[in-house]
Amino acid sequence: MLFLTGLCTLLILSVLCFILSYIVVHGLPGLHLNFFTQLPKPVGESGGGMAHAVVGTLKLLGLTGLIGIPLGLIGGLYLSEYGQKNLIGFMVRYASDLLNALPSIVVGIFAYILIVLPMGHFSALSGGVALAFILIPITIRNTEEVLKLVPASIREAALALGVPEWKMICFVVVPTAGRGIMTGVLLGLARVAGETAPLLFTAFGNMYWNQTILEPVASLPVMIYTYAISPYEEWHQLAWTAALVLLLLILGINFVSRLLLQWQFKK
Amino acid sequence: MDWLFRKGVLLVALSIVGLTLLLAWELFLHSRLPIEKFGWSFLWKTTWDPVGEVFGALPFLYGTLVTSFLALLIAVPVGLGMAIFLSELVSPWVANPISLLVELLAAIPSVIYGLIGIFVLVPLMRNSGEPFLKQMLGFLPFFQGTPYGVGMLTAGILLAIMILPFIISVSREILLSVPNTQREAILSLGATRWEMIRIAVIPYARSGIFGSVFLALARALGETMAVTMVIGNRPDIKLSLFEPSYSMTAIIANEFSEATSDLYIQSLIEIGLILFGVTILIHALARILVYRVTSKVEGRT
Repeated sequence: MLFLTGLCTLLILSVLCFILSYIVVHGLPGLHLNFFTQLPKPVGESGGGMAHAVVGTLKLLGLTGLIGIPLGLIGGLYLSEYGQKNLIGFMVRYASDLLNALPSIVVGIFAYILIVLPMGHFSALSGGVALAFILIPITIRNTEEVLKLVPASIREAALALGVPEWKMICFVVVPTAGRGIMTGVLLGLARVAGETAPLLFTAFGNMYWNQTILEPVASLPVMIYTYAISPYEEWHQLAWTAALVLLLLILGINFVSRLLLQWQFKK
Repeated sequence: MDWLFRKGVLLVALSIVGLTLLLAWELFLHSRLPIEKFGWSFLWKTTWDPVGEVFGALPFLYGTLVTSFLALLIAVPVGLGMAIFLSELVSPWVANPISLLVELLAAIPSVIYGLIGIFVLVPLMRNSGEPFLKQMLGFLPFFQGTPYGVGMLTAGILLAIMILPFIISVSREILLSVPNTQREAILSLGATRWEMIRIAVIPYARSGIFGSVFLALARALGETMAVTMVIGNRPDIKLSLFEPSYSMTAIIANEFSEATSDLYIQSLIEIGLILFGVTILIHALARILVYRVTSKVEGRT
């Protein structure tokens, strides 16, 4: 029986290695500079890239961060500073847990009802809002955990010097936990960067550059989806390359955030 | 100033609760048409006819339930095996890097799993996996019919790979929280390693392990892209696992941006509402179970 558990471990690790190496092997041949500088070519013409989708994904992440990070940070701050054991704290904690567990496509429907329906068309803004709803609960819970780790002695030292409570929180507690908070935000963004389902009917997709945030915008995950289910060989190649780029982006963010955390603990 | 700060932070925190309530309310509000027209029969009607405006969600419920159940059937034993291996058999400096790798598995976006599914898993299942199963277990009704490659079995396998990291990391944590006195006591009675795990560790962590399974189930039910890409997208209810099917998330992903009439789009939103309700239920159950174990441990130390 003990041998079997080792076998399970080996099986899972080999599946992981297979997936990663398969993406690298199939994505690498298409990884030219063109991928980052050109728009998609019409079917039948070779070449072309996904410059607009790379920029679109970054744009969406920016929008998501702009909406989601402040809300998440302040929510987490409330939970750790004021809402440890009261009813409102419980409600906020429960709501964010629930949001976290919701299927992302349901969040997409919510963003659709909230923004696409009144505006009458798909837009980058609605995509950003949908992703922000996924980012908020992740940020809240992480911020709360990290802020709780700040020792009481630091808070008391600040208060003893006659600093008002809000200054104590903003200029003593939050900076102390700064790197941990950053790590959480980055991990949340990494998770959000790969979300596809809520974007299908909010940010929608676009074959060209988009000008304002009120237009539909292309993103890497949605491009991977549309190209993967298309019947064209060249598009499949582009989908693999896009998958490799997206994976590198996500793993890169993960790596940087872990590095930040290590750095904090060493200090 | 303190007062202002406090109220400001409180306001933002409450707005998050408000948004969650708004989400539930808007979903309900925007699925009123089919709720009024079809009532409960929405849940057991099997026709999905956008032209004739008759909608029933049973095929999608069936597809979602079967694929999620299959995923659990595959992922739970394997995941538990790995969790036991990592927590009981190897030292932390081997286990920690390995569980970091497993977290990597969780970081891969679902659309990339779908890509792997379409181009690797589906051909593999069509050419060797399903014909093999048909030969060996063909007498069972689950393994009959044409091996298309796309279908419930393939979706279940892909889902299993995707939920493994959740089962492994939560179960490992639960197993690590089992107090050492529990292990030492049974070892001193002459039990072997395996007997120790079977008699003293697993029963102690049982409800927490169930909790991790429920968390994984919630993930599997809500998983969209990978399932959409390999399930075959045909609203049929068939017993054979080789048959293409459809899931609740897949129908929303495929038809939402193309739905024309109000009733059509609101029926899709009602499917979203059902997903929402099911997720709340499972999530609450999982929370209670995980909480029971961890509070038990905290109570003892």
